[in-house]
Amino acid sequence: MKILYRFCLRAGISLSGLLLAVLPSLAHADYSWNFPTPVTPIARDTLEIHNHFMIVITILFVVVFGIMIYSMVKHRKSVGHQPARFTGPTGTVQWIWALVPFAILLFIDYVLMGIPAYHAVLDMEDTRTKADMVLKVTGMQWKWQYEYPDSGIKYLSTTSTPREQIANKEAKGEHYLLEVDNPVVLPVGKKVRILLTSTDVIHTWWVPQFGVKRDAIPGFLRETWVKIEQPGTYRGQCAELCGKDHGFMPVVVHAVPEPEYLAWVDEKKSKLAAAAAGSDKTWSKEDLLAAGKDVYEKQCAVCHQSEGQGLAPAFPALAGSKIVTGPLLSPEGKLLKDSHVDRVLNGKEGTAMQAFKNTLSDTDLAAVITYERNSFGNKKGDLIQPAQIKSLR
Amino acid sequence: MSTAPSIEHETGHGHHAEPYQGGVMRWLTTTNHKDIGTMYLTFALIMFFIGGAMILAVRAELFQPGLQLMQPEFFNQLIGVHALVMIFAALMPAATGFANWQIPLMIGAPDMALPRINNWGFWLLPPAAALLTLPFILALFGIGDGAVNTGWTLYAPLSVQGGMGVDFAIFSIHILGVSSILGSINIIVTIFNLRAPGMTMMKLPLFAWGWLITAFLLIATIPVLAGAVTMLLTDRHFGTSFFNAAGGGDPILFQHLFWFFGHPEVYILLLPIWGLIPHVLGTFSRKPIYGYKAQVYSFIAIGVLSVVVWAHHFFTAGMPVPALLYFMYSTMFISLPLAVLFFCWVATMWRGAMTFETPMLFAQGFIVLFGLAGLTGLVLADVAADAQYHHSYFVVAHFHYALFAGGIMGVMTGVYYWLPKWTGHMFSETLGKWHFWLTVISFNLTFMPQFFLGLAGMPRRIPDYALQFAEFNAISTVGAFILGFSQLIFAYNIWKCVKGGTKATDKVWEGADGLEWDLSSPPPHHSWEIQPVIK
Ligand SMILES: [Cu+2]
Repeated sequence: MKILYRFCLRAGISLSGLLLAVLPSLAHADYSWNFPTPVTPIARDTLEIHNHFMIVITILFVVVFGIMIYSMVKHRKSVGHQPARFTGPTGTVQWIWALVPFAILLFIDYVLMGIPAYHAVLDMEDTRTKADMVLKVTGMQWKWQYEYPDSGIKYLSTTSTPREQIANKEAKGEHYLLEVDNPVVLPVGKKVRILLTSTDVIHTWWVPQFGVKRDAIPGFLRETWVKIEQPGTYRGQCAELCGKDHGFMPVVVHAVPEPEYLAWVDEKKSKLAAAAAGSDKTWSKEDLLAAGKDVYEKQCAVCHQSEGQGLAPAFPALAGSKIVTGPLLSPEGKLLKDSHVDRVLNGKEGTAMQAFKNTLSDTDLAAVITYERNSFGNKKGDLIQPAQIKSLR
Repeated sequence: MSTAPSIEHETGHGHHAEPYQGGVMRWLTTTNHKDIGTMYLTFALIMFFIGGAMILAVRAELFQPGLQLMQPEFFNQLIGVHALVMIFAALMPAATGFANWQIPLMIGAPDMALPRINNWGFWLLPPAAALLTLPFILALFGIGDGAVNTGWTLYAPLSVQGGMGVDFAIFSIHILGVSSILGSINIIVTIFNLRAPGMTMMKLPLFAWGWLITAFLLIATIPVLAGAVTMLLTDRHFGTSFFNAAGGGDPILFQHLFWFFGHPEVYILLLPIWGLIPHVLGTFSRKPIYGYKAQVYSFIAIGVLSVVVWAHHFFTAGMPVPALLYFMYSTMFISLPLAVLFFCWVATMWRGAMTFETPMLFAQGFIVLFGLAGLTGLVLADVAADAQYHHSYFVVAHFHYALFAGGIMGVMTGVYYWLPKWTGHMFSETLGKWHFWLTVISFNLTFMPQFFLGLAGMPRRIPDYALQFAEFNAISTVGAFILGFSQLIFAYNIWKCVKGGTKATDKVWEGADGLEWDLSSPPPHHSWEIQPVIK
């Protein structure tokens, strides 16, 4: 009951306060009435189809309801109109009049709109012809993983909007909720075939300016394509309800000229190589803890919360957790079933806890496991090395 | 049933059978179609306010960017339960309430054909509604993690992952489904067997025709939904993998099954309304219904088409090109019978002698706003454009034009049209007009901005949004609150009308036409014990 009371109180206060604060600003805000500027051939197609459609349905609307309103004005009892008795068309002329609207409708459906739609669909689904490169997108609760199979690059992309902004404790930034730590980088003018899948539930990858939206389905591959025509930063978000943080799963794409893209690929590759090399050296506990805190904040805090207190009842606390404070490995150095390391590496079936071995590096995994065992009041004092993780995979 | 009918009973003049009196047991055990109709309608009205309160909480959260009132987990519960309550516990029971009250009166039957099943059909509803909303209350006491949090579509694997609210929703859907099927069987049997002598199928009132098609659609599709949620249940608890790729299943199978029910469901909700609208238009235009046969055939055509177009609800899930084209073109074809209905509605008013009492205002408001739903629906059928609209607020706006303006305003049309017949009193026209204008204006204020939000790229079902969406969301929330509170006028007007008011004549409306208007207002507790003969 306390929750209910608090809810009502907060609703009352914020509503009355906000109403006063917001209403004046409504008058001089900039409103968007249509699709954002298209930057791919598909988006241009879609916008054009949409605009035609809007004109056609506006005409239909005006004509039909024009007739109705005319009738409401002329054929009313108060002006003394006498009711007719007809119940259907009589005679050839009336039948023709009655059938013409339907002929027009069929023409609109299957010629005026049907033919452009046919071509647009074929174009949209043609992901393979002359594709220059492939981008693999994997949705997961609640982040995206991007993979460039041609160059072996693979990384996670997570929202970078601070929690304080969402909780209204800080002023909101310009790209509130539409910003990420590692954006996708794509070359301009290249046909990019995009493959989509998911590791948990269905997500939908959507960038409005690209005119494409496609579901990422666990266990299946779906595909679409983009050919970005102008350099720039394009923003979108997950469009299929995927659980708690569905609203906090943005997509950000940097479209750059090809030379810049190639330079980015090289730089990314060497960074990833450096990180991989890190897994062979032996880390100090301090370094693991520092790196682990970073990983934890980005990957784990969404559910288990920043102080490890969890979010009952779906997301268990890590502070004082039996699993986290259990033994690290078996005496022979083997993975113990349902242990802390097992959970982090392999996830838990049927829950939002995913198999992080698929997305995090050995170093990140070692760091975050070490961090969790020695934070939030957990004082295990032990640590695990990236090399050990590597052997447990 | 009485075997000794009295003649004056039927003429309805001067003599009224005393309404049956009794306490709670009367309502628990009644088999009278009027009592059951009243219970259905009352239940629907209560649930309408409960579902409405939920969505006002959602709109309040969406008033400004940032999380103010609730966490995303709770938000996700509200949106899904709002939809389930409005569809299954408000709109469908309201339509069934109409059927109970009106079909026997309109076809000259003494009651529904299966009165005990009728009673059971109703009394299944309150437990189903309780199951749906109980997890909210349990969560307040720290049990479980709240109600179903997947949206009303229950898509797997999100629903496989969900908490016990999903199980409650599954059982609730089973019970609601049984109730719907019982109601449907009853309506079909009544219409086929208890029509007044001489009332051929092609003389059947359009309202009964609309309901007949709805009943067949319910019997055809509810078992598919029941099957789908049962598969979900076994996936959740008994180790099956219908919707789990790792076990050889397919998450998209759930979408196919769900929308095989879900798309016809739209017409299940709308066909009774399309049936009643022509009666209202004819009455207040003082003209016979235009194109009766064309409307009947359109109902049948829409019923048949509705079960072969389902996949247009998930074009973005990806499917082979021939499937995309088939579902696009077949969906577009529905515009044809629908256009026939619009044509007949306008032609029924054409060259009539219109007056604009509250039911007529609602019927006309329905036509215009539902017209927008139809037109935007046509656009949504286009696969290429749909890629942009789908999962966005454009869709949210579209189906609220279909189901609020089309469904709920249609129900309001019927309530205002028949209420004087049911209660024997006229309602307040002034309040009715206030209710109409406030509803229409605030409805558009709420949902028109959502079209633009969708076009600008705002996904549906998000508890917080980017700053560029702030203005339209604020407008929409203001509209929603006006819309919500305007409905109190509706409830008050009904209450006052039940309690008293100007005596209604038997015919109630000057231009009314049909058997129900030959009975007294209110009709005797048992009516048409001698069936009228239709020439
Ligand atoms: Cu998602």
